[in-house]
Amino acid sequence: MRIIVKCFAGCKDAVGAASVAVDLPAGTTVGEAFAELVDSYPALASYDRSVMLAVNREYADRQSVLADGDELACIPPVSGGGADPP
Amino acid sequence: MYKITSEYIKPDALFEWSLKPHHGAVVTFAGTVRDHSDGRRTLRLEYEAYAEMAEAKMREVGEEIREKWGIEDVAMIHRVGTLEIGEISILISVATPHRKNAFEACSYAIDRVKQIVPVWKKEIRPDGEREWVERNT
Repeated sequence: MRIIVKCFAGCKDAVGAASVAVDLPAGTTVGEAFAELVDSYPALASYDRSVMLAVNREYADRQSVLADGDELACIPPVSGGGADPP
Repeated sequence: MYKITSEYIKPDALFEWSLKPHHGAVVTFAGTVRDHSDGRRTLRLEYEAYAEMAEAKMREVGEEIREKWGIEDVAMIHRVGTLEIGEISILISVATPHRKNAFEACSYAIDRVKQIVPVWKKEIRPDGEREWVERNT
């Protein structure tokens, strides 16, 4: 099956593209797909603990199973909104 | 209205949109671009969004507010692209018959936006350094 991976902010820099297509075996989970991405783009490894993953625009846990045509998004810690102190 | 935009946001952009005759209060929050961060100067910010998901998640925050307070009239705009110091990055408007709920709901809205809405900012510093802000600010 083929999924589309969307990358944002630092993840986009790590991958070098905003979007990549990835071919994976049927039954691949979200977590396994991210591990595959880290293999292909080692700079992503630093996001392993902090990244949130979304499938078809909804946050997903790493055990979720992907389907052909899914859109998987790599979402680094978000900083939306205004600029408040930490 | 829940919108990601690349256009300049005016402070009153949502005022008339949210105000209805049965309302007695409109509380607006504007997040603006600050000229410093962690003791370092910021020249400008670049915002990036996962636009389709960000709009859906802002709408979800609005629905949470409807469930918690029974408030119907919530609107949010988040800007993306290059923002100069003092410009508005996010505008949230909450209109209600009485003010107390509106203040609470507006505060809740910006806190939740920062938790679940996929938007990122990159700090551009005077020395040319550029860095994604990847902590919960």
